[in-house]
Amino acid sequence: MSEHAADDTVPEVDESRRKFLIAATAGTGAVGAVLTAVPFLASWKPSESARAAGLPTEVDLSKIEPGQMATFFWRKQQIYVVKRTPEMLASLSAHDAQLKDPKSEESTQPDYTKNDVRSLKPEVLVLIGTCTHLGCLPKTRFTPGDATVMANWPGGFFCPCHGSKFDLSGRVFEGSPASVNLKVPPYSFESDTKLIIGVDTAPAKGVA
Amino acid sequence: MAAVMEKSGGGFRSWLNKRLPVDQFVADQLTGYYAPKNFNIWYFFGSLALLMLVMQIVTGIFVTMHFKPGEPTAWDSVQRMVREVPYMWLIQPMHAVGASFFFGVVYLHMARAFLYGSYKAPRELLWIIGMLIYFALMAEAFMGYVLPYGNMSYWGAQVIINLFGTIPGFGPDLVEWIRGDYGIGDATLTRFFSLHVIALPFIIALLVLLHLVALRQVGSNNPDGIEIKENLGADGKPKDGIPFHPYYTLKDIVGVGLFLTLFAIVLFFAPTFGGLFMEAPNFEPANPSSTPDHIAPVWYFTPYYAILRAVPDQKLGALLMALSVLAFLFLPWLDRAKNKSIRYRGLTSKLLLAMFFIAFCVLMWLGLKPADGIYVLLARIFTSLYFAFFILLPFVSKADGNGPVPDRVTYHAH
Repeated sequence: MSEHAADDTVPEVDESRRKFLIAATAGTGAVGAVLTAVPFLASWKPSESARAAGLPTEVDLSKIEPGQMATFFWRKQQIYVVKRTPEMLASLSAHDAQLKDPKSEESTQPDYTKNDVRSLKPEVLVLIGTCTHLGCLPKTRFTPGDATVMANWPGGFFCPCHGSKFDLSGRVFEGSPASVNLKVPPYSFESDTKLIIGVDTAPAKGVA
Repeated sequence: MAAVMEKSGGGFRSWLNKRLPVDQFVADQLTGYYAPKNFNIWYFFGSLALLMLVMQIVTGIFVTMHFKPGEPTAWDSVQRMVREVPYMWLIQPMHAVGASFFFGVVYLHMARAFLYGSYKAPRELLWIIGMLIYFALMAEAFMGYVLPYGNMSYWGAQVIINLFGTIPGFGPDLVEWIRGDYGIGDATLTRFFSLHVIALPFIIALLVLLHLVALRQVGSNNPDGIEIKENLGADGKPKDGIPFHPYYTLKDIVGVGLFLTLFAIVLFFAPTFGGLFMEAPNFEPANPSSTPDHIAPVWYFTPYYAILRAVPDQKLGALLMALSVLAFLFLPWLDRAKNKSIRYRGLTSKLLLAMFFIAFCVLMWLGLKPADGIYVLLARIFTSLYFAFFILLPFVSKADGNGPVPDRVTYHAH
């Protein structure tokens, strides 16, 4: 390259060297562009204050009457807390055949609530009140036999947006656009009447 | 185009044209752009869509001056501007009603392409760019609907953002990333504001420019679907073409006049249009503890919403909804007819297209109705017809879209 070529001769081009340089430059540029995109994309994630506002929520159960529901906020989501009566609990086992996921195999819940009644204490039901279809708030339709919901209605929740139906354990009925049961948030009991939403129950000692 | 430069003469005009090709641009794009002479009423909607884009940008600039994005301020700032700022009672509803008119015009513009095969070769890319404009407009309209933070804004956003949660694997993380919080809130509102007033308007303007460049390249289709460039006169101009300016600019001005008259009537006498353009729950502030009894999107999204609700499965419903919109992109290749225009296709093609238009309109109506009883059944029937159009089109168009076409466009002098 140090020699001066005569004006009318075309200097020889090292094609493979040129291709390598083009590829290396383009590759470095592409990696740089992707890395530069990271902070911009990451800026959309929840901020520190949003995370801090997602702290656990305390619920005083003594203020909820049997057969009633109270709602609370945890992480900007409505939490449904229902005190189920013995009649309500008795009604749960009668309609497994009509449910999409009666054993909650496909649904989201902490392991300690993956049981027949989807709760730690059978009478206290805790659910995230966000329809698993597209996020509306299912309404309470606790009266059994309410024919405006469906025939032989055992009592439960009805989503006004797209018509999903859930029983008194938040399990979804066949024919609903929702495909899985209402979610159960992590929760634990600090005392008999004090419920903490957002803190997992520690595994009981001696239980596998 | 040397002729243009000579005519420019001396003085300021010549000075200007040597530095900025104004006369050249007008000659290339307007007076020298030949459009088919047989345009009918369907050909108003392209220029009207451009008019609506300008109206939305201008009214949007002024609404932005008084709007305060953010969870605690958004609702109040909208109420304040329409009650207290001079003439914002007019400008803010112009923006809100304008969105519905924009979509109305865009749907008629698209229907024209269906009727006359305007998406067919060589205009495939023109059609695809147009569809990208439509998709960007959907995002723009959705975010604009969320900004005033009424109760329907909140719950509409909840439903639409949750649609992304149906994507297997990373769906739930994606939803949190879009919202910027565990629920819809301040972070969601401020980013939607940024996208609504900066990012998407830029993207839409760029796509509209590309749409027009592509149109100039391939030339306008016409109701007969005949290429006028294949029939040139002695002067090299299409025999069936007339200069866009002054002929079609003047025609479009008539369209603009009629359109704005209609717009003004709705704006002044029925701005909510019976709850279709602005829904009742959006006249109360967002309330995360209360879902409105009946959630329906604004009318221009309801066909897809009806398809979503027709399916009794979350993921499948979202998938069909996505397909129902994306199917438009494949139209240029699904339609295998030789002839473009419906005028020169057989009865089966005509019936098939009529079926699609009816299915689209019925689904639009069903999307406004509650999701129970007979409405679910009807939604399933018309969703099937909607997709049947795209499935049958390749066969029907191949079979009866090949009849004889005239050499010249049909034109009756007025």
